Parts: sequence; C-alpha cells; structure tokens
Amino acid sequence: MTEKLKTFYNKRKTIILLVLFAMAIALPFLIEKGSVMSLIVRIMFYIILASSLNIINGYSGQFNIGHAGFVLIGSYTLSILAQLGWPIWVLYILAGVVTSIIGLIIALPTLRLRGIYLALVTLGFSEILRLIALNWTGLTGGPMGIKGIPAPWFFGLRSTAPHNYYFIVLFFVIICLFTSYRVINSKVGRAWMSIREDDHAAMSLGVDIRKYKAINFMFGAFWAGVGGALMAPFYTFIDSSMFSLDEGFNILSMVIIGGQGTLIGPVVGSVVVNLTTEIFRFADEARLLIYAIMIMAMMWIRPQGLAGTSRSVIANRSLGKERGTFLKKLLKKKEVK
Amino acid sequence: MGVLLQTKNISKYYGGIKAVQNIDMQVEEGEIFGIIGPNGAGKTSFFNVCTGNLLPNGGEVWFNGKNITGMRPAKIATLGVARTFQNIQLFNFMTVLENVKIGFHTHEKTNILDAILHTKRYKEDERLTHEKAVNLIERLGLAKESDNLAGNLAYGVQRRVEIARALALNPKILLLDEPAAGMNPIETKELSDFIKQLRNDGHTIIVIEHDMKFVMNLCDKIMVINFGKKICEGGPDHVKSDKEVNEAYFGKGTTF
Repeated sequence: MTEKLKTFYNKRKTIILLVLFAMAIALPFLIEKGSVMSLIVRIMFYIILASSLNIINGYSGQFNIGHAGFVLIGSYTLSILAQLGWPIWVLYILAGVVTSIIGLIIALPTLRLRGIYLALVTLGFSEILRLIALNWTGLTGGPMGIKGIPAPWFFGLRSTAPHNYYFIVLFFVIICLFTSYRVINSKVGRAWMSIREDDHAAMSLGVDIRKYKAINFMFGAFWAGVGGALMAPFYTFIDSSMFSLDEGFNILSMVIIGGQGTLIGPVVGSVVVNLTTEIFRFADEARLLIYAIMIMAMMWIRPQGLAGTSRSVIANRSLGKERGTFLKKLLKKKEVK
Repeated sequence: MGVLLQTKNISKYYGGIKAVQNIDMQVEEGEIFGIIGPNGAGKTSFFNVCTGNLLPNGGEVWFNGKNITGMRPAKIATLGVARTFQNIQLFNFMTVLENVKIGFHTHEKTNILDAILHTKRYKEDERLTHEKAVNLIERLGLAKESDNLAGNLAYGVQRRVEIARALALNPKILLLDEPAAGMNPIETKELSDFIKQLRNDGHTIIVIEHDMKFVMNLCDKIMVINFGKKICEGGPDHVKSDKEVNEAYFGKGTTF
C-alpha cells in the first residue's frame, strides 16, 4: 500500500504539499482547546528530534541511542543565554550550531566505532551530560533547573500560548524536513547511504568515510539542538530530568516505529507514539506496557516501520522475499482451522 | 607505455601465517594482467594490499609514480584505482542507478550547503552524474534493471553492476576480483569481450580468476601465486608450460 501511496504522491507532489501546508496553517484556527494545541506542538518537537535521529541512525547506519544528550545541549544553550538577554530567534540557530560542534567532538574519537560500540559511547555521553547539567549548579541551576525562559516576540506578541508558538515550531519543522530532503538527495546523502550499506565498498569508491560520518553526526546534532532549543521557551522551565536516557529511547522508538531511513517515517512515528501516550493516559503507569507491546509487535510484523517500504534498511528480512510473512502465516493458520 | 602499478617486496602476515611473501609485480599501462593461483594462495590478500584495504607488513606499492603504501583506500580510489570484490559488495538497498551514482562520488564537488540551497554547482553535478550513470548502465546492458534494488538481482547481473560502479570512477586501473565466478560459459565469454573492450577504451586491468581458459584467452601477462609466493610470471604460453605451475595445480605426481 505504501508503494501505491508513493506513486500517488509523486504524481501530484506540488498540490499535495500545498494542501498539507494550508492545513498546517489553518490548524490553530480550527482547534480552540489549548491542551490539544499543546499536544500538537509537542508532536512537532518530536518530529524534529526523531528526524534528526533518523539522519544519523537511518541514513548513515550509525547507532546513536544517546540522542537526548544533544537535545539537552540545545535546550540549555538557549536557556542560559536567554537569561543573559540574548535574542531568542538568534539563539534557536546558535543552539543548533553549538550542538553541532559538540556532535563533532563526540564523532571524532568514535569514527572507528560501529554498531553496539558506538551505541555504548553515545549512551554514556548522554548520561554524562545529564549529570553535568544536574551538578553544575552555577551554570545550569542544578536540580532546580532554569525557570522563566522567555518566548520570542512574534508579530508584536509574546508567543508563549500554544496557538502562537505553533507557528514558530511549524516553521522549523518545515525547514528541517526540507533541508533533510535536499541533503539526502545529493552527493552527501548518497555517501551516507553507501556507508550504511557497505563501508568497504564505499571506501573503494573514494567515499571518505570519516568525513561523511562526521558531517552526518553534525547535521543530526544540529537539528537535535534546534529541537531542544525550541522546547525550552515553550515549557518555560527545563531541568536535567527532562533529558534522561528514557527520553533518548523515546525518540529512538519513534524512529523505529515510524520507519528508519525514510523521511516520512519519523513524522509518522512521532504522531503515533505521542497520540498513543495521550490516549492511554488514563492507564497511568500501565500505558508503558502498551507502549512496549507496540514496539515488539512492530518488530515482528513490520520491521521496516509504519512508513517504511521494502527499501527501508531494517526490512532486510524481506529482501527478495515476501513482506509481512509473519502475519500471513498467522492468517493462514486460522484458515486451516 | 610506462609502469602503472608496481609492488616492491610486498609481504602480508596474519599472525604466523605468511599470506603474501615478497611479491614484486609490474603492471604496464594498457595491459590486462592476470593473477592466478590455487585457493588460499594469497591472491586476494595481495589485491587488498594494492588497493589499501590491508596494510602490508613489508614492501611498497607504487601507482603512477607515487608511493601509495599506507594510504587510505578512499584516497587511493581518488587517484584512479577502482576495484570489485570477490564476494560481491553492492549497496543492496539502493537501486542499480543509485549504486552507479555513488561511483561518481569523487567527480562531484557538491557540499552540504550546495545541496540545501540547490546552487548551480549542485544542479550541474546532479545533471552530469545522472547522465553519465544512465549512459554507463546502458553500456553494460543494465538499462532494464536500472530501478531495481541491487540486492534483488541475479548473481551475474550483480557482477556487472559492480563493474559498472567501479567504472564510474573512471579509473586508470581496474582490479577485478574473480569477475567470472558463478557465471555460465556464455556470460563468461561476454565478460571476456567486455574486458577487452575496456582495455581498448584505455583502462588497465588486473584480474584474479580461477577459470584457466578465461585467463589464458584474456590476459597479456600472468602472475602465478602459490603459498603466498610468486612462482611464475609471463605470457600465457610461458605460464602454461611452466613446470612449477603445473605442479601447483596438478601435484607432483610420481615418476618411476
């Protein structure tokens, strides 16, 4: 079905994108409830975060599970400098740049690491950053966090209300997806994918693996930083507990559920995961169970993710074979009975 | 016609195993150079040393008048050395067209900002790459498979895609590691003709192969390796009649 959708999309690309854009603009005028709107804004934060993680995990095949660390840097950069009176609009970008540089610093010593080893380093890095944020009271407010982070001025209004802040986030979501799309469809994106597929072959074709892995980390980290920076003025308060490992796993699961290595995957993933969390809010702690079941079910039935097609990386079980064999087997058994 | 690729005293050890011992090789420009030898003779190890995938324990590799020993494989590739792999290493989840496009990597000048802003450089790069990739695919008779995932193709076709990808580099020298493995006689014949065609187009080619008939018909010069040592080098006829080569392949036999 996804293939059909794809051809449908390719045929009427401009119209579909325009309609989507118009819908996105109209959305805050149609929804009155502030709580619903703030859920939508949260989903959009996660679209940026999941997309940036997808750049790293999905396109160059590096395994980063400490994405929360990058988000933390973005968030704290904005919050600390905003208190010193720096203009917020500049800080959104600056936070991205700072995070990107930190991304490079992490990437340089780990360029030789792959798979689980890189995963361990990123995990440790994320946790170290959280502990620094927790204990460096002078800079980060320590366990008290940072309060009263101002929102930027937007058409003469302080844009704290979700209905207003929505437009700022929407702007960055569009830019994020747009730049990702363009980079992926270029020499750089192809180099990333070749590293993901087979780094020896990539090397033999003259792809400088270290350089492109570093660029990849920096690009992913940049958007994670921007995403983190966007969150701070909206919540007006941040502390280190918002950037725990759980948060990193949360973002990772959105990428996996949505479909790695596709642009639309993280978007779908963040919508689905956030809505599920919201719907099962009544179940309190038990909703985490539902969440876990969802991930396991995905791994079984559709390893390439909701939006993933056979082209997706982790669909490799289905390469040359029929897709969704597990489900078909299940259905067949029932028929026999 | 100068010497294009030269190795001096190359050795490669894996712990106590001497996979390659003191091999000297000279490949002239415009030559089809064959490397043969029984299984486990060290052919592929030697190959990997030449392309920078393995570091030698001793000796030097010179390419086009430059010492390339210890350079990274990517750097060596940029200088004009392309290769294929014994166990085909295609980008399985990318289409044939995309696979070949990556081959043009070193010819493209786009950076990440060009890509985001769609500058003139990006557009020019993409247009040229696409054009050349499509041409190359047609030249190798792969036009039909252009949009298929490389991992889904038949074995013989995958071999051709790998060669197409290597050719995209526009290399001075092309190293083929067992290109005819798993091909039927007709495909082998086609491949042989194609390699000759490549030579006429100005590429120098080194080929590792098991298929004796293939090598004897194709190569101008052949080097035979056994137990990591060079045992013979010369034209096909010379190699065929060499006593040591025959012993390596057929055993010593008993004389009464």
